[in-house]
Amino acid sequence: MGLTCQSSGLSLLKDKFNISKKNEEQIVIALAGNPNTGKSTLFNYLTGLNQHTGNWPGKTITNAQGNFKYKDKEYLLVDLPGTYSILANSQEEEIARDFICFGNPKLTIVIADATCLERNLNLTLQIMELTDNVILCLNLIDEATRKGIKIDTSKLEQELKIPVIPMVARDGIGIDVLKETIDKIVEGKLQLKPLKMTYDDKIESLVSEIIDILPEYLKENYNARWIALRLIDGDNSILESIQELLNEDIPMKVEV
Amino acid sequence: MEIYNDVSIKFNQFNHDNIPLDQLPVGKTARIKEILSSGKSRRRFLDLGIIPNSLISVERLSPAGNPIAFNIRGSVIALRKEEAQNIIVKPL
Repeated sequence: MGLTCQSSGLSLLKDKFNISKKNEEQIVIALAGNPNTGKSTLFNYLTGLNQHTGNWPGKTITNAQGNFKYKDKEYLLVDLPGTYSILANSQEEEIARDFICFGNPKLTIVIADATCLERNLNLTLQIMELTDNVILCLNLIDEATRKGIKIDTSKLEQELKIPVIPMVARDGIGIDVLKETIDKIVEGKLQLKPLKMTYDDKIESLVSEIIDILPEYLKENYNARWIALRLIDGDNSILESIQELLNEDIPMKVEV
Repeated sequence: MEIYNDVSIKFNQFNHDNIPLDQLPVGKTARIKEILSSGKSRRRFLDLGIIPNSLISVERLSPAGNPIAFNIRGSVIALRKEEAQNIIVKPL
């Protein structure tokens, strides 16, 4: 008997991602970013000793999760592997993608290196395409200043339509703003509608066609548009992931 | 009145300006023309910013000559010589 994602909630997180929530109320936040951007620094700053490391199920890649509390709410922070993209070129990217797409974190924090912002924006935009609740942290802002790089954060916010927080995780600068922003989003005081990529007519019409033939439960629970785009990309691993994660048989072979 | 011969001789269109990236000298900048690899390798290059028309320059070689440090769109990355061979560039 196949389990639907909703019915297996906690157990799906546990079985497929090795994520252990304390209780149903604990809010899951994913932490993503390029390698060497200070993800671990931020992770450690927020969770302190309240963390534990293990592996992502079936993989040799480390999974770190930790707890923190802010304004009476409990959070579970999941440190995703450092990746340059979530287009599944490697195991790390598959993990990051699967967790954000199917693990349904409430929020995804993307941490970027302010000294090479452009490269970091690649992952940011991809994640924004996958989920609405994204916060961008511009870490290493002190390094950027030292190199003479100035970033217009409010303009960036306007363009991306997500919160952009300058940060020096090492010194704790910007982390209070981050926690406050997280709180606002969780409370519903801040609704995010990030910039979305649109493609040319040919691709957009293909996307509509594919969405039409996707199973209902996929459309209801996950980002159907994003899945359609990955299929057009030729990424078959997304179908495999769906099958694995949802214990459902997808009797369809998509030919584009 | 002189009548010019209408037949134009077409020279080989092969562009001698383009070279594989591993042959770009240290300190030189080039414009990316083409990526010869496909699949995951190609994806990885695209994700790192190595896309046609971007500027790429050689920062330095490692002692053994491999890997090579490149500056691509403001970021410094390392590529092996074998990987760099698959990227065709035009020196500025």
